[in-house]
Amino acid sequence: MNMKPIYLDHAATTPTAPEVVQAMLPYLEGTYGNASSLHSFGREAKTAVETARGRIASFMNARPEEIVFTSGGTESDNFIIKGIALSRKDRGNHIITSSIEHHAVLETCGFLRKQGFSVSFLPVDSNGLVNPDDVKKAITNKTILITVMHGNNEIGTIEPVAEIGSIAREHGVAFHTDAVQTFGHVPIDVDELKVDCLSASAHKLHGPKGVGLAYIRTGTKITPLLHGGDQEKRRRASTLNVPGIVGFGRAVDLAGTEMHAESSRQSALRDRLMEGLLAEINDTRINGHPIRRLPNNANLSFAFVEGEGLLLSLDMEGIAVSTGSACTSSSLEPSHVLSAIGVPVELAHGSLRFTLGRDTTREDIERVLRVMPGIVHRLRAMSPLARKGAIS
Amino acid sequence: MRQTGPYNEKVMDHFRNPRNAGELENPSGIGTAGNPVCGDIMEISIRIEDEVIKDIRFRTFGCGAAIATSSMVTELVKNKTIDEALAVSNRAVAEALGGLPPVKMHCSVLAEEALRSAIDDFRRRQGKP
Repeated sequence: MNMKPIYLDHAATTPTAPEVVQAMLPYLEGTYGNASSLHSFGREAKTAVETARGRIASFMNARPEEIVFTSGGTESDNFIIKGIALSRKDRGNHIITSSIEHHAVLETCGFLRKQGFSVSFLPVDSNGLVNPDDVKKAITNKTILITVMHGNNEIGTIEPVAEIGSIAREHGVAFHTDAVQTFGHVPIDVDELKVDCLSASAHKLHGPKGVGLAYIRTGTKITPLLHGGDQEKRRRASTLNVPGIVGFGRAVDLAGTEMHAESSRQSALRDRLMEGLLAEINDTRINGHPIRRLPNNANLSFAFVEGEGLLLSLDMEGIAVSTGSACTSSSLEPSHVLSAIGVPVELAHGSLRFTLGRDTTREDIERVLRVMPGIVHRLRAMSPLARKGAIS
Repeated sequence: MRQTGPYNEKVMDHFRNPRNAGELENPSGIGTAGNPVCGDIMEISIRIEDEVIKDIRFRTFGCGAAIATSSMVTELVKNKTIDEALAVSNRAVAEALGGLPPVKMHCSVLAEEALRSAIDDFRRRQGKP
């Protein structure tokens, strides 16, 4: 078998675009200056960084000085949540978040809880949506921060961020959204979304790994995570990752050009995948919102089988996907997101996430549809949970 | 050994080509271990003649390691006496597979438990008048 590998795990990371690599190379080779240095080497690096910052800011309708470059989404989430909490601790100690956030947000909130903050984890409905009314009801006179993600990394549901932002503003509460999965994939305008802070990561949009951004709206006080030099207007000390930032800028350029066309192309392929799997395989369900979802995300549960067995079987066919459950790491706890939307635990164990990308073709999807029924059938034939006669 | 994901080639061989998958009709004993909430459940059915496991089948809901350990335990105890089978430890199952990742060692425990449970069931049935 010598089939082309099919990568359907773009929510984990994307291939770096060749244009991005080309844009970065000069800054890995000849142009090595420290962007903080005053001499010509430094100025050259600084110019490249500021050009990227300007492009990225305009892509999200922000001002360049509102962008702080970081090492990625996790750092941005940590910086913003801890930084806002610390800077506002004299005004209150209450944080509101959702129960389906990425671990970078959930664990950070959990850490703050140990430090004496109180955290409300809001439930979501069966499609994974946070109800803005729940946010409103959860606000107390101690609430200092609301953090609700833009697009969910597992089930793809896109949250009503702008509505939550309006509520946060009415109550004078800072509002952050983790936009790691949406940035570069769906339009983002920080004014329309009514966010004070936002996290994004370059490698989710064909940029390099190890670089991300924290958007901090002008006037929002924030305590730094990293102390040291004066970089990023003293909001993040550390020598700037010049090649990474340049690559991020180029990736955002590409996203700006291709986002709309890619979004409709990928969502059509994604719909074909979901409908095909539902039609071909009995006892299957789709997780996440039917319409308000990331254009490239399909998450399905296949009853009576376990996700890792599906993943390994697909891997043997050269098809890379991700389990919706945490089984690959500990094998016991299923995904907190699937639990939050009410997927029964044994069904949650049989979940797969397929995330498409720029390189995904119609033929790739057709091949998945050709091999998947046989894989599920084989594992179900071995499963004691499979009801006799319930299986095609 | 070559690794495929977290597993070595022997584990993957048993995942790809499981031995003795399925269930026996009219078994002498049947046992299960684990539960679907934890993501692993194993069922082993055995046919015993003169204290020897003449035939054995398994059905497993679980990860790659769970399927491979089920397959391996059936291979290790087929045509063995009950006493010999009871001497097969979870560690022996894991070793026969060339090792398991530490987080997957509980799968080998389940394999041992399911086998013991099937033997217990056989003993119970024997005790009946």
